[in-house]
Amino acid sequence: MWYYEKKLQYPVKVRQCNPRLAKYLIEQYGGADGELSAALRYLNQRYTIPGKVIGLLNDIGTEEFAHLEMIATMIYKLTKDATPEQLEEAGIAPHYVNHEKSLFYHNSAGNPWTAAYIQSKGDPIADIYEDIAAEEKARATYQWIINLSDDPDLNDSLRFLREREIVHSQRFREAAQLLIEERDKKIIF
Amino acid sequence: MSNTYTKYYYPYISPFDPCKPIIRKSYPTPPQMYLGFQPPNLPQFEIKEALYRGTLWPALYSKYDKKDYRGEYDE
Repeated sequence: MWYYEKKLQYPVKVRQCNPRLAKYLIEQYGGADGELSAALRYLNQRYTIPGKVIGLLNDIGTEEFAHLEMIATMIYKLTKDATPEQLEEAGIAPHYVNHEKSLFYHNSAGNPWTAAYIQSKGDPIADIYEDIAAEEKARATYQWIINLSDDPDLNDSLRFLREREIVHSQRFREAAQLLIEERDKKIIF
Repeated sequence: MSNTYTKYYYPYISPFDPCKPIIRKSYPTPPQMYLGFQPPNLPQFEIKEALYRGTLWPALYSKYDKKDYRGEYDE
């Protein structure tokens, strides 16, 4: 069960109306390495993984939803008052035809989100390594979006999200260690 | 730790490459590649600073600035 806090994890500020950036950002909304995939992947894996890493999957999976909201806010702000002509120039007329300004879970090429993006192998090592890879891929995606974006306020929020991917990757790497290490051996830091 | 967080390589450049070649290419290798299991009692950022940076831990902070369109990274 969750409690909802009616605020974003980190402020989202957008300097200019730029529907083209929204087209790129939607990759992190409904793409393979996006926040929706991340949240559902971790929260689903929780049930069939050793107890000592369930809490981690729960916490990170929950945080991914907070990131999803930030991405949604960015996309909304970038397109809110754009004219259909501006959307067409930005290459998102096909989205407009189907969804008007509403958001939809697809990637920046327009492919709808699919459960095939998330893996659940039931093997704890396979699942945690998948999660580490997912975090690194999401980090890379943020880098490429930052490189394409010339909105300094938006990049500030994107840098925050990229850093969170790094922290998550670190925690998953530690989770892998917890699952791998010999339980009867003394841990020396 | 003396790890570098950017790595460089020099790809083959053909005399027939259509775009202006990028001589030195780079890719990021952020701190989580090296930290291992995080040791206890590492230094922390001030709380407001931590919120801004996205992590409590200087050891895990990775700066990322917009790269120029040539894709060349500098430390």
